[in-house]
Amino acid sequence: MTEARRPLLRPGLLIGLILFAVAVATAIIAPPLVADAANTLTDNRHQPPSGGSWLGTNAFGQDNVARVLVATRLTLIMTVIASAISVVLGVVVGVSIWLAPGRVREWCLRILESAVAYPTLITALIIAAVLLPGATTAVIAMGVAGIPGFARVTANLAQQVSNSDYFITARFLGVPARRLATRHMIPAMAEPLLILSTTVFATTLVEISALSFVGLGVQVPQYDLGSLLNDSLDALYTQPIEAVGPAIMIVLMSVAAMFVGDGLAANANPRAARAWVPRRPQAQAAAALATGDEALVRVRDLRVAGSKDGERLELVHGIDLHIDRAEILGIVGESGSGKSLTAMSIAGLAADDLDVQGAELRVGTMNMLGTPAPAELAQTISIIYQDPGTTFSPSLKMGAQLTEVLRTHMGRGRAEARRIMVGALASVGVTLPEKRMRQYPYELSGGMRQRAMIASAVVTEPALMIADEPTTALDVTVQVDVLRQFRRLRDENGTAILFISHDIGVVQELCDRVLVMRRGEVVEELRPEQIRSREVSHPYTRSLLDAVPVLSAAGAAHVREED
Amino acid sequence: MTLVNSAATQVPHRVSFKAPNRLVHHPWARFALRRGGGFLLSFAILVVVTFLIVPLLPGDPAVVAAGEGATQEQIAQTREALGLEQPLLVQFWQYLVGIFTLDMGYSFASGTTVTAAVFSRLPFTAEIALLAVAAMLVVSIPLGMGVAIVTRGGRNAWVDHVFNALTSLVYAVPNYVLATLMIYVLAIRLGWFPAGGAATLDALVLPTVAIMLGPACVIARVVRREAVTILEQDYVRTARGWRLSPWRVNLRYVFPNLLTTTLTLSGLILAGMLGGAVVIETVFGWPGLGKGVVDAIIMRDYPVIRGIVLLLGVLATLLIIVVDVILAIVDPRNLGGSAHD
Repeated sequence: MTEARRPLLRPGLLIGLILFAVAVATAIIAPPLVADAANTLTDNRHQPPSGGSWLGTNAFGQDNVARVLVATRLTLIMTVIASAISVVLGVVVGVSIWLAPGRVREWCLRILESAVAYPTLITALIIAAVLLPGATTAVIAMGVAGIPGFARVTANLAQQVSNSDYFITARFLGVPARRLATRHMIPAMAEPLLILSTTVFATTLVEISALSFVGLGVQVPQYDLGSLLNDSLDALYTQPIEAVGPAIMIVLMSVAAMFVGDGLAANANPRAARAWVPRRPQAQAAAALATGDEALVRVRDLRVAGSKDGERLELVHGIDLHIDRAEILGIVGESGSGKSLTAMSIAGLAADDLDVQGAELRVGTMNMLGTPAPAELAQTISIIYQDPGTTFSPSLKMGAQLTEVLRTHMGRGRAEARRIMVGALASVGVTLPEKRMRQYPYELSGGMRQRAMIASAVVTEPALMIADEPTTALDVTVQVDVLRQFRRLRDENGTAILFISHDIGVVQELCDRVLVMRRGEVVEELRPEQIRSREVSHPYTRSLLDAVPVLSAAGAAHVREED
Repeated sequence: MTLVNSAATQVPHRVSFKAPNRLVHHPWARFALRRGGGFLLSFAILVVVTFLIVPLLPGDPAVVAAGEGATQEQIAQTREALGLEQPLLVQFWQYLVGIFTLDMGYSFASGTTVTAAVFSRLPFTAEIALLAVAAMLVVSIPLGMGVAIVTRGGRNAWVDHVFNALTSLVYAVPNYVLATLMIYVLAIRLGWFPAGGAATLDALVLPTVAIMLGPACVIARVVRREAVTILEQDYVRTARGWRLSPWRVNLRYVFPNLLTTTLTLSGLILAGMLGGAVVIETVFGWPGLGKGVVDAIIMRDYPVIRGIVLLLGVLATLLIIVVDVILAIVDPRNLGGSAHD
């Protein structure tokens, strides 16, 4: 059920607005009606709840419900004014900073940064200390304390706006700074600022009540929700019901502000909520393992589907393929052709939100549609990824990551695993292997990282290696060398390789057989000689061939070190 | 292992260029310079602001500070104690010297030195704030990570909804309302914990929980969002490709990479907790800096107000720096500009 139109008011926003309306209505209507019951001293002290007074009476015989209703007005007024001070002056300061010349701006931002780190409540305390406690002081204190925070978010937003094309254009056209701010910048920031204002409102409400609660806000004989809660604290042993009213009212308004803020944010940024698609039970194809099949990998009718806007969207439409032992199979196609999805499905590593089905998906003796043993998987299939910049965790040293399989699945000790890995690194041309093991990934060049990846893939002597665009992110000179490593791996270890690439030139050099994929289907199967002599039949393959210059003969001199 | 053992491909390598090892070029030195400068700036602002508290008092500061109903003699004493008879710049100089010699005068209320009054309260606030942060991290990191892992790829959507609703709701309840509720239920009705004071160790529990629960919700949500991003990273796929157990993947490959964001925010939140401490310490009668500053404001004890506000400010600023240092140790790239690229 894709919805083209979204409701004007989301449920959360509606609830928030209703709660908020209730609080405002209370603040307007209630005080005149119940002022007597709230403020008149009577002898009915500490009465338990009754039909007349739902929450009983306080130490002065005043009705607790009536007092909460009256206090709501003062709290609301104080909160609104203080929030307005924070927001308006925050926007003014934030925009001014952004329009200021470079140096001034830098300094102002730094000062703002340290001001924001300073707890607002303590800033408010400083102001309360100067102006002496009271309702007006509380408003000014909270209002001023909120300025730096709002100024900073405004400055951040202003930066985004000022990077936008139309703003740069306006600036080039010589629009004066003030006009730039009022006509271009502020309108562009209006919606996020409105959303942030609800946060300011909630924070101010909570903290202004906190000021009164600790005795530094509203003073007797005035009272707001915070001071009522403070009064109730003294009576907590004898008349605990007194705390209920102010507590509920504060939470109610705070929740209302939260709902309104979240609702507005959701309206402003209607990220299509990720639809929840129940996963289908995976087809159990174990029984379908063909006997006497010589191929290492056998794929029949592989279908991979994701979901978009809550609907199933098939991305790979029933692929058949096989890879023999010690064979290098290439798959070429443009991005989005489904070649990587196919490879990752064979590896059993399709993303969580994808649904993989098929009549058969077998690697060696393992049914990849089921759940093969991790140790066997790790030793049978090695995978090399496209971007060596992101394939290693930035917070672990290379050595720790490269020896994972050796230690976890092959029962090697730490020292032995390191020794084996150092040898493997050296064999694929990684310089200073001992040192590399102690380095973090970001300390290595892309080529070094990819060689390291290959080394880690090699040490398990896998039956199948899946290489997903392993050379795309590398310099051309490094590419040649990496490709040579693959060839050697096959020649010397008898490893079968599934080589994914969008570069038909690279594939024809390396592969024994090439599949051309397009839009989730295999459109053509070729021998490298056919590619070389351009004996291709499918127009898509022809266009791929036309897109790349013919690669000169292999065996070119390699440049080993690129950094 | 034929391929591994053939070392034929070894080739001599070029020596990579290294920046001259001058002090300012060392990443830690530059880091210290930048952070030290930032700290000095914040400190200067704090000194000026706390100094201004007294001169800015409305009307005659001495009259205000002496309190209502003070005699002429008391007002004169106050004037002298605050050095108000001298020119503003001289006052400021004396204030500045006082800070660096840790001689900031005497408390009006108790007669002890300001330094003693302030530093005797520091351990109590430190205790509660550090405990709260530890508890917050222990609760929120596993919670946020757990929810991210359980719901990834759109599974178990209900967990997500429950988590969002719960964290929003708990966050919307102010800590002092929560504290009031806990005092009533856990201290008065059930008698499990003392309702206030700092006499026994278990008196720590309620204030700590009251302070950390709200921030824990924020951090849990941050951790969840961050974990969702990290779970989609290539290196997590690599680790899964090595067929490591989910536990090992999450602990070694997801968790450490969460720390940068989480710790950055936790530092800010710890600074914010100093504000929370003001309220919570007052509720529970906890003899820390927060209660100290509130009492001092009510009693117009200006030397103590200045002392505590200054200390709280320095603490807040130092916390941010400490977090930056921890981040730089966890991941040297956070030093800003590494020597390697």
